[in-house]
Amino acid sequence: MIDVTLRKNGARTRALPTRGRILQRLRRNDAIYRNVTRGAAIGVLVLLGGVIVALIDGSMPAWRAFGFGFLASERWNPVTENFGALAPIYGTVVTALIAMVIAVPIGLLISVFLTELCPTWLKRPVGTAIELLAGIPSIIFGIWGLFVFAPFLQGTLQPFLITVFGNVPVLSSLFAGPPYGIGVLTASLILAIMVLPFITSISRDVFEQVQAVLKEAAYGIGCTTWEVVWNVVIPYTRVGIIGGIMLGLGRALGETMAVTFVIGNAHKISASLLAPGTTISAAIANEFTEAVGDLYTASLIALGLILFVITFFVLAISRYMLARIERRIG
Amino acid sequence: MSTLYRRRKRRDVIMMTLSFLATIVGVGWLVLILGVLVWEGLAGLSLRVFTEMTPPPGADGGLLNPIIGSLIITALAVAIGTPVGILAGTYMAEYGRHSRLSTVVRFVNDILLSAPSIVVGLFIYEVMVAPMGHFSGLAGAVALAVIVIPVVVRTTEDMLRLVPDQMREAAAALGIPRANVIRSICYRAAGAGMLTGVLLAIARISGETAPLLFTALNNQFFSTDLNAPMASLPAVIFQFALSPYKDWQKLAWTGALVITVAVLALSIVARALAAPRKMP
Repeated sequence: MIDVTLRKNGARTRALPTRGRILQRLRRNDAIYRNVTRGAAIGVLVLLGGVIVALIDGSMPAWRAFGFGFLASERWNPVTENFGALAPIYGTVVTALIAMVIAVPIGLLISVFLTELCPTWLKRPVGTAIELLAGIPSIIFGIWGLFVFAPFLQGTLQPFLITVFGNVPVLSSLFAGPPYGIGVLTASLILAIMVLPFITSISRDVFEQVQAVLKEAAYGIGCTTWEVVWNVVIPYTRVGIIGGIMLGLGRALGETMAVTFVIGNAHKISASLLAPGTTISAAIANEFTEAVGDLYTASLIALGLILFVITFFVLAISRYMLARIERRIG
Repeated sequence: MSTLYRRRKRRDVIMMTLSFLATIVGVGWLVLILGVLVWEGLAGLSLRVFTEMTPPPGADGGLLNPIIGSLIITALAVAIGTPVGILAGTYMAEYGRHSRLSTVVRFVNDILLSAPSIVVGLFIYEVMVAPMGHFSGLAGAVALAVIVIPVVVRTTEDMLRLVPDQMREAAAALGIPRANVIRSICYRAAGAGMLTGVLLAIARISGETAPLLFTALNNQFFSTDLNAPMASLPAVIFQFALSPYKDWQKLAWTGALVITVAVLALSIVARALAAPRKMP
């Protein structure tokens, strides 16, 4: 016993300097690791800051030359170096909105099916399939749109729309002109197919967060499945659904490859949805490497800045909404 | 009373039928696209695709140089992006879990996660291509790394947060410093999940086209020089699909099939790895 104590004491006195040094080293290493990770986290902030600064800096010549008139002008003439962003902005917003109008109801209905109707054994395969499809690169949708979907529309849907709505006052101008195949409508439809998996998987996730008790109570007083969905599930998850929709909208606004193939890249605003148009991302993808002269390049970067600002706000709203529903339920 | 009941019943049946149809149409549509892709892609698939260079119009050839280029760019992007992403995710889940910095970074990271990838291309063009004076494979890799970082940050943070605090406390009670607790215990416990994040990031960038268009550009020839323009599969698909030549269009379909199979395989492996855990 005494021996042990002695040995212990002896060991301690002898080891004390080394032990102190080891502890010091460990403490220093910890501080270093802490600061390295902190630096990486700050690096993420710097990245976003860098994107914004680089875009503003690169687009400066365009803003100096055209001022805020850049946002309101439809002209796009590389020869006379006269540029305006209105046509791409219009195309971006219109294609994204049409895509959402189509994809949101379908996506919500699919989530209703998955959460309320689907037999359990089918739930996982269908859910997984939809999540996998969300990961398919957009260029696949683009190439399919160009070679399969656009010729198909040219032969079927577009002539149909033209003849059916040809004599209806407002709609006739909406569906006017020859069926090119490519154009705003085709791009919107492809975008709709692309964002469908996103909207479906997010709305399914928020639908599943509804407590079973709430639904059971509604079923218990004799509600039909649809009444449970309409009066309990959707009101309860409203914020989350809006968040998911905004996230899909963010994707649709910034989508490049799927649109570039089929939009036709025409810098003009036509009333007809069948006419070719352009979007911000399609214009950049098509023209950037061919842009000659500082003003042309700067104008395209200015388009990129506008796109970034639009998506920033849409995504910020989406995150805010999704965070709100998580806080309420979680 | 009974008419009201019948009306409610009818509405229910209509809406449920619609949701069933929506599922059929939605899933069927996507399956249709994949079907066309497989059909068209298989037609041009042969060993030659993996052993020969991209041809001039009208000649036979393969996709060797873009495949190699894509592999190099992707590997480099992951090598650059993963450490940064893991470190930043570590800070947010471990050291600064409740700090204001983490809240801000989390928000910014979510924005970067869904930011349009073409904007990333413009950013790298501004900070790398323009100052260097030429397009390069390296610039392409950095552009993709910018896309990798937010994906890895997000999964790392989520996975580390799933590690029970008791494990950290038990280790801390033994007197192990924080940095070692994180590295030897948390990383080990969350390892599979973090790997999933990296795989998802690879799946995400292997199909990205927009950021490569004006960073790595494209290259007709075989090149492993990081300082020169480099071919990549998505960029070649873009170029070939929009060309008027039938051979090139056929190769574009085949390339598209190769990418899709790679992306789906990566996603499935990632999913299998993360199966026991909850996916973010």
